[in-house]
Amino acid sequence: MIALIDYGAGNLTSVRKALTALGAEFATPTSAAECSSFSALIVPGVGHFAATAGLVGPWRDAIGAAVRTGTPLFGICLGMQWLFEGSDEAPDVPGLGVLPGRVVRLQGNAKQRLKIPHVGWNGLQPPRGPKGSAPHAFSGRILGGLADGAHVYFTHSYAAPVTADCVAATTHAETFSAVVERGNVFGVQFHPEKSSEAGLQIIRNFLEVSRAC
Amino acid sequence: MLTKRIIACMDVRDGQVVKGVQFQQLRHAGDPGELARRYNVEGIDEVVVLDITATLESRQALARTINAVARQIFLPLTVGGGIRSEDDAAAAVDAGADKVSLNTAALNNPELITTLAGRYGSQAVIVAIDAKRRGDGFAVYVRSGTSDAARDAVEWAREAESRGAGEILLTSMDRDGTRSGFDCEMTAAVANAVNIPVIASGGAGGLDHFAEVFTRGHADAALAASIFHYADTSVSELKRFLRERQIPVRL
Repeated sequence: MIALIDYGAGNLTSVRKALTALGAEFATPTSAAECSSFSALIVPGVGHFAATAGLVGPWRDAIGAAVRTGTPLFGICLGMQWLFEGSDEAPDVPGLGVLPGRVVRLQGNAKQRLKIPHVGWNGLQPPRGPKGSAPHAFSGRILGGLADGAHVYFTHSYAAPVTADCVAATTHAETFSAVVERGNVFGVQFHPEKSSEAGLQIIRNFLEVSRAC
Repeated sequence: MLTKRIIACMDVRDGQVVKGVQFQQLRHAGDPGELARRYNVEGIDEVVVLDITATLESRQALARTINAVARQIFLPLTVGGGIRSEDDAAAAVDAGADKVSLNTAALNNPELITTLAGRYGSQAVIVAIDAKRRGDGFAVYVRSGTSDAARDAVEWAREAESRGAGEILLTSMDRDGTRSGFDCEMTAAVANAVNIPVIASGGAGGLDHFAEVFTRGHADAALAASIFHYADTSVSELKRFLRERQIPVRL
């Protein structure tokens, strides 16, 4: 059974619909203490980073504890940003901090008409390796079955930098982390539940990981 | 690279898709769920459902329609038509809409833009502007194009952005249903005035029209209804055409 965490940041209808279509068993825990009884956790969310203040305290502690004992965690959009240490969008609200790095505002490029928010379908690329090396193919369990250049649906103004945990990057004036993976922690900046087949494949991959645990 | 979006619009009345010319002469175009499924297979990027009657009885029918469409596709879904209050928006979102489109209500009560942006985020709030050319400007109309709002489209789009709108859906009333091409000048005037994405609508008739509105019109997305409904043009054919012209699309 997967826990779909509802902390009031946006609407979970679409995520529920996608999980149902893929045959996943899930429920929304009503208290933080329940988190430990689930086999995997999903933190969705859209909107302002300040909304994650709803997770500060017992939820943050319970989710952190579950992750440390090996429970798979999947953050979507704002939920992915929350995996990091914090965000410039709400500097006083701490993230979960299981991934090093800080979420920053995208700059766009007015001259090239690259607007912020970054709204629409953009491609996933393998992140560049160490200086001078060619980009490598997708690695990571969460991207299984996805082709380099697959398009997914984004809508956001803030993003995480490309760090060692980045398994797919996207470029919109600058290059940011679109997909992260570190052990049993996964995150996507876009909306897999709104990204047609490519998105469903990513959710399917997370369900596979959860079943294997 | 961020792609240009192709959006299919379904004007819905009594649970069925209909389409008119210059906001008049409606005719039936099919079942919303069935059309949505076909568009998804062909590679549409987004779907808009507009309730064009927006009466009390049609509200419940609309929730069923949104549900039927949302079950068929895993794509961004926008709902508009008669959204006058926070409750109307909440009903659409609960039924499966990712974004709501405000038109008359946004002009009558601009605070609603800010309220909904605060509750759901700006990405969930589209302000729809119906406009026609007048002199050097673009006059905004409300109530399904029947009433002059005494506002200019460029100035209103700027205000909508400042109040929290995440996108502008700009419809040329002069071109709606005529298949004579988008109004590229009007689209460019608005797209150059705001920093949020602009969706061009009204007048799509051929593949060239889309290429024009993405280049000359500076549109971020283009919306069409009848050319997709009657299968005159398939979405995949349109996207291949655009890609050949170096316009980035999701294929």
